[in-house]
Amino acid sequence: MLEALLVMALGSVILGGALGYASVKFRVEGDPLVEKIDAILPQTQCGQCGFPGCKPYAEAIARGEADINCCPPGGEDGIHKLADLLGREFKPLSGEHGIEKPKSIAVIDEQTCIGCTLCIQACPVDAIVGAAKQMHTVIASQCTGCELCLAPCPVNCIAMVPIPETIDNWKWKYPVFDVRKAA
Amino acid sequence: MRQLFSFTGGVKPASHKIESNRGVVIVAPLPNVLVVPLRQNAGLPSRPLVQAGDKVLKGQTIAGPGGSISVAIHAPTSGTVRGIETHAIPHPSGLLAPCVVIEADGEDRWIDRKPIDPYALPADELRARLRDAGVVGLGGAAFPSFVKTQHGPTQRIDTLIVNGAECEPFITCDDLLMRTQAGQILEGAAVLAHIAGAQRVVVGIEDNKPEAVAAMTAAAGKRSGLPVEVIAVPTRYPAGGEKQLIRVLTGIEVPFGKLPPDYGVQCFNVATAYATARALLHGEPMISRLVTVTGNVERPGNFEVRIGMPIADLVALAGPKADTDRNLMGGPMMGFALPTLDAPVVKATNCILAASKALFPPPGPEMPCIRCGACARACPMDLQPFEMYWFSRAKILGKAQEYHLFDCIECGCCAYVCPSRIPLVDYYRFAKSEIRAREKEKDAADVARLRYEFRLEREERDKQEKAAKLAAKAAETKARLAEAGDADDKKAMIAAAVARTQEQKAEENPSAE
Ligand code: SF4
Ligand code: SF4
Ligand code: SF4
Ligand code: SF4
Repeated sequence: MLEALLVMALGSVILGGALGYASVKFRVEGDPLVEKIDAILPQTQCGQCGFPGCKPYAEAIARGEADINCCPPGGEDGIHKLADLLGREFKPLSGEHGIEKPKSIAVIDEQTCIGCTLCIQACPVDAIVGAAKQMHTVIASQCTGCELCLAPCPVNCIAMVPIPETIDNWKWKYPVFDVRKAA
Repeated sequence: MRQLFSFTGGVKPASHKIESNRGVVIVAPLPNVLVVPLRQNAGLPSRPLVQAGDKVLKGQTIAGPGGSISVAIHAPTSGTVRGIETHAIPHPSGLLAPCVVIEADGEDRWIDRKPIDPYALPADELRARLRDAGVVGLGGAAFPSFVKTQHGPTQRIDTLIVNGAECEPFITCDDLLMRTQAGQILEGAAVLAHIAGAQRVVVGIEDNKPEAVAAMTAAAGKRSGLPVEVIAVPTRYPAGGEKQLIRVLTGIEVPFGKLPPDYGVQCFNVATAYATARALLHGEPMISRLVTVTGNVERPGNFEVRIGMPIADLVALAGPKADTDRNLMGGPMMGFALPTLDAPVVKATNCILAASKALFPPPGPEMPCIRCGACARACPMDLQPFEMYWFSRAKILGKAQEYHLFDCIECGCCAYVCPSRIPLVDYYRFAKSEIRAREKEKDAADVARLRYEFRLEREERDKQEKAAKLAAKAAETKARLAEAGDADDKKAMIAAAVARTQEQKAEENPSAE
């Protein structure tokens, strides 16, 4: 029995060491280009680009395996930035990955929610709180609008709601005087 | 006599001050319903402390500070709270925002007002009182005044500058305040100086207001103790800009990205000094202010208005003319068009300017920039407006920022002189709000990245834990094997295991036989 315990202890020490080593090694090898690309990507983590998250897409771009126009949440703006960073030509968003939509957040209809926790498991940024068999709620400020929680919900009680314009997020519009006068 | 300096750039638009400058304060009648927005100061909005049905007295706190840069808000008269409703506020967007709506009972009954002796209290206590009395900068920015009396460890405030320049055309409310309340303004300035630890007060007034200069000089002569100087400064827009007035009065050039306390000065508007005196020496929180109503109206003038009065009612007092096509809040240089007159007067409302085609003929069509440099010569902040314009227009925002876009005070001098009639400031406002929005998005993305990485790590850890458990189990089996000791036993066990796997394989893959 004692031996078994020792083996277990040794196992955890080795594993811990391996983890620590991996993290150090990973940091050393953290590609600055990948970081720069990742900093431009919107971190919605939605997977629409065909990669399991923004970082993997960034890595694929850095390796030259993916095009720069595959991220719908980043939109044209993001493509411009990537083109600038990488010295590539701008190209419009590729239709096959989806379209740029107004920024929305998920809202759970708490009347209908059965508390199955499936959406909690799906949310890449832990923006949903709730316990088993308790109704769940989306923390609006943390939701990235990735829509990944919609499909798993067995009772279809999650809806994407566009973020309304308020005094806080209102922006001055691009001046259009000349256009108006010409009309 | 103090030596005066001058700031670069600036313009001399027609002042149009005579129209509203009638030398008397007209007290606006008490409205039946007052709409008091919860967002009235720069920084965070206030937090409501009342609910529908509550009876309130004039001056009673109805909202507390909503953060460290925020102040309290008070009932402008006595009455009943109708509720917290979303209502139009004076904002260029025309969007609605939460407001405390109060039905006046007509009695206008004060709370128990408690004047204090500010010189017997510590500065921190006085700052808290300024905050709780709702005192904000009344020159237009509505920045909480108590914050401005503080300074960091590497900063100091020796000289308190009182801004009575009122350089914006059409507006005369500060002029009138100085002519009628000079003594109280200086009392308030002395209290602010005491809180900030300043040793002297310098009042700057544009020399197109001789009565105000005379009144303030006379009031300063009656004071003893703290040295107070009243200085007439040359009339040139924007002499009332904070950095410009500091430059003219002290010669100090506050560079890009620095604040006045880095150079030992701090600046307060005359109306803010007056509000400070009312708040601390009389126990009356900030519930009313002087507002100039002028432009295309029959009877322009200065009105003492309760915060929360509908702007439509206020304009009605001045007799609006039929051909008014829009109303600005603020002056012609820095003001913005009000999307609706349904909005109430707020602490930042210094002027309502009714505009018409006759008064402000529409500018001719916008022409391309000819890079004449007139805008750069007029810019009081030493910026290169045409570069900022070019990059803002092309939406190359990073470049616009490199040209110090955020040091632009939106004074409008550049657009005023531009021969191509380009609405330059509109482009700067667009670019600034776009950059701010993107920075917010960036912050949100950073948080999302962290949260995602945290989740991945947690999943990884769970996986590792599972793997560790499995490894431990395997080790246990091995140990049991070892315990079994006997080689034959071992062989038997291995043979049994092999047989099991083969069986399994056969079951899974019957056609392989
Ligand atoms: S599509 Fe864009 S936001 Fe979504 S995971 Fe890919 S890179 Fe991230
Ligand atoms: S709540 Fe839904 S939409 Fe929002 S981040 Fe989580 S999974 Fe995505
Ligand atoms: S004043 Fe007008 S035309 Fe001249 S450089 Fe400036 S923006 Fe261009
Ligand atoms: S609006 Fe900005 S750029 Fe134009 S003159 Fe004023 S400070 Fe300079």
